[in-house]
Amino acid sequence: MAVNIRYLKDQLGILLLWTCGALTLGIMLMITLYILWNGLPIISLGFLSADPIQGGKSGGIFPTIVATLFITIIALILSAPLSIGGAIYMAEYAGENTLTRLVRFGADSLAGIPSIIIGLFGYLLFVSYTKLGFSLISGSLAVAFMAMPIILRVSEEAIKVVPESYKHGSLAIGATKWQTIRKVVLPTAIPGIITGLMLGMGRVVGETAVFLLTTGSVAQIPTSLSSAVRPMTVHMYIIATENISLPYAFGTAATLLIIVLIITLTSNYITRRYFVKLGGRR
Amino acid sequence: MTGTIIESRNLCLYYGRSQALKEINMSIPEKSVTAIIGPSGCGKSTFLRCLNRMNDLVPDVKITGNLIFRGGDVYSKGVDVVRLRKDIGMVFQKPNPFPMSIYDNVAYGPRIHGIKKKGDLNEIVERSLRQAALWDELKDRLNDSALGISGGQQQRLCIARCLAVGPEVILMDEPCSALDPIATAKIEDLMRELKSMYTIVIVTHNMQQAARASDRTAFFLMGELIEFDDTKKIFETPANKRTEDYITGRFG
Repeated sequence: MAVNIRYLKDQLGILLLWTCGALTLGIMLMITLYILWNGLPIISLGFLSADPIQGGKSGGIFPTIVATLFITIIALILSAPLSIGGAIYMAEYAGENTLTRLVRFGADSLAGIPSIIIGLFGYLLFVSYTKLGFSLISGSLAVAFMAMPIILRVSEEAIKVVPESYKHGSLAIGATKWQTIRKVVLPTAIPGIITGLMLGMGRVVGETAVFLLTTGSVAQIPTSLSSAVRPMTVHMYIIATENISLPYAFGTAATLLIIVLIITLTSNYITRRYFVKLGGRR
Repeated sequence: MTGTIIESRNLCLYYGRSQALKEINMSIPEKSVTAIIGPSGCGKSTFLRCLNRMNDLVPDVKITGNLIFRGGDVYSKGVDVVRLRKDIGMVFQKPNPFPMSIYDNVAYGPRIHGIKKKGDLNEIVERSLRQAALWDELKDRLNDSALGISGGQQQRLCIARCLAVGPEVILMDEPCSALDPIATAKIEDLMRELKSMYTIVIVTHNMQQAARASDRTAFFLMGELIEFDDTKKIFETPANKRTEDYITGRFG
């Protein structure tokens, strides 16, 4: 009898865990499908390439796509070198001490700060104090803070898991530490670093609160770094909450979703190609 | 056998407070194979890692005494460790080819030491792979990943990678412990080939390997060098009772 109960419990456990997995997947699918179902019919070439008319009641979303892409690129250009450089320092040079623990704690805390607070900080520092105004650059700078801790921590882990044996192999034939890092450690860690960049990008692309306080909301193609812009998320927020056009909000959401999907798939593809080249079997 | 290439004088090594090597005095003859045997934890790998200062990577290591290589002390101030490791290369227990192509693995060393010309690199790669008895097996696969070849080939590739920078001494830290007997035999053949041009110091757990492949054998026990003599003498008529006990399998 005891054996049967144990068997039953085992089966019950599997069932429970399976349900959890299925639910998680199901909810994600539900949200995605719901947005695509409502948004895809809106998307057309005209929608993607035209300016919004009457604040987004009709027309398209082209300037908001441009704004989101520009902000993402600028934010990554600002945050990636700093974060990856920091990650190399933390993983390879600093060792385990109070300073690195402090930096790590700082990065984790920064990652946990609600984005509206980063937005407020960006507003005070960039928009108001340094007089950059509501602009592409203010938004990019502020949101770079959001991407930084993720890129730093993920890259640090990626560098840390590079086997010691690779480093020893390189050092043992007379490579300097920097040569070892540049030619063996970083190439091996690249897929992980790319993952960090993608996660950072994901945060930037989906950010809203920071933009509400820093980019302004003019739906125009930026002509300079100090132009006010309206990223897709802000556009979505405005046309949905101000009752301008819910269908167009869905259309924008679906577009954003597809952009994120394309970014993810591309980076996965690049990473996989890279692994095939390395011959690493993961 | 011509002369001494590395001489250890009263070498002591401490990991923190515990002493891992006690007054090691040993002269390693050039262009020959010197084997270091002894039970686990006897300090044989530690000693090997002193020779090209790989122990620098371990925190809290203190070393006293002298280690003379080419007339200078390896541990004196101002020694260029990078240069030292170019002259005294190392092959590790587990094959550790880099995740790059076979060609790039061998070309790695020459490249970091400043050789850029494609022709020169090609020549070095071919020569090193030939010396490591890999050229015929791999010449058509130079652009394949080094991670895709067998463990034995990987280890010989690591030896080729080491040879490519033109060392004088090659340290091998239990190079066959992760390999099957056939791959092991190939590495041993290789050592016999290479000793005409290089000095080889090998740490091994495998006493038969020391007996087969080395000219001189050192027996380490608990951080001390117990006996160091011609391999034949060590295995046939050891001078020390503890050496005899170890090689006849009474402990270790």
